[in-house]
Amino acid sequence: MNSFLPELSNVYFNYLLLSSVLFCIGVIGVIIRKNIIIIFMSIELMLNAVNLLLVNFSNMHNDPNGQVFVFFIMVVAAAEVTVGLAILVMVYRNTGSVNIDSLKNLKG
Amino acid sequence: MEQLLFIILSVISVAAALCVIFVRNPIYSVLSLVITFFSIAGHYILLKAQFLAIVNIIVYAGAIMVLFLFVIMLLNLNNTENQEKRSFISKAIAVVAGGLLLVSLVGLLKGSALHPTIQNGMSSDDIGTVQTLGKVLFTDFVLPFEISSVLFLSAIIGAVMLGKKDLKDH
Repeated sequence: MNSFLPELSNVYFNYLLLSSVLFCIGVIGVIIRKNIIIIFMSIELMLNAVNLLLVNFSNMHNDPNGQVFVFFIMVVAAAEVTVGLAILVMVYRNTGSVNIDSLKNLKG
Repeated sequence: MEQLLFIILSVISVAAALCVIFVRNPIYSVLSLVITFFSIAGHYILLKAQFLAIVNIIVYAGAIMVLFLFVIMLLNLNNTENQEKRSFISKAIAVVAGGLLLVSLVGLLKGSALHPTIQNGMSSDDIGTVQTLGKVLFTDFVLPFEISSVLFLSAIIGAVMLGKKDLKDH
């Protein structure tokens, strides 16, 4: 186990561990929930985990480009949430539910 | 001191993130997600990225989460009785899959955290300031910046078109 985990005093490794944990929580949320809103929120959680990792690497290498990338990821996340929630409202209007199992028309 | 702050903020963010996916009521999920975003902003401050901390609070906690709350209240979804039922087996399988993904991610990425500080002559204190980021954003990344404005325009138009009552009445 000691060869798998480097020393825990390395602050960059701690941030790597934290953002991996947050990303996996987001993945588990996407898998186990059926409410579309919760799935969207889990995707936001994954995006934030990646942002945290990018800021960590930017701090580690003394390079501001990583933080600019985080800025662009936030832009894309905002646009994605806008369109996604509009689609969600439309789905709710058409099917009367936000359960993801109600979207089974493509199933043969 | 910094280590202590890191541990406190990490515990808050992981606990709130677990609340997001395991709480039944969607309103509580949104509020836990706001707590997660605030703690991540605290992490940004610890990592000397002050500009991104403020932008994170404004954009995520301020705009995106208000949008989520607004949609939940608009659609009146905060009743918990018509909730999903997943079997315990599939939940357990999902948690095991997530844990395996965690192990493989850490194993894949751990080497990159062991060789820090490629020096490029910049002080680590001022890479996160508005001045430095603005200079980089408007010199090296000016084309993606403009393209993202087009992206926003198309997102606005898409949201308006999708939100219309009936697409055929115009």
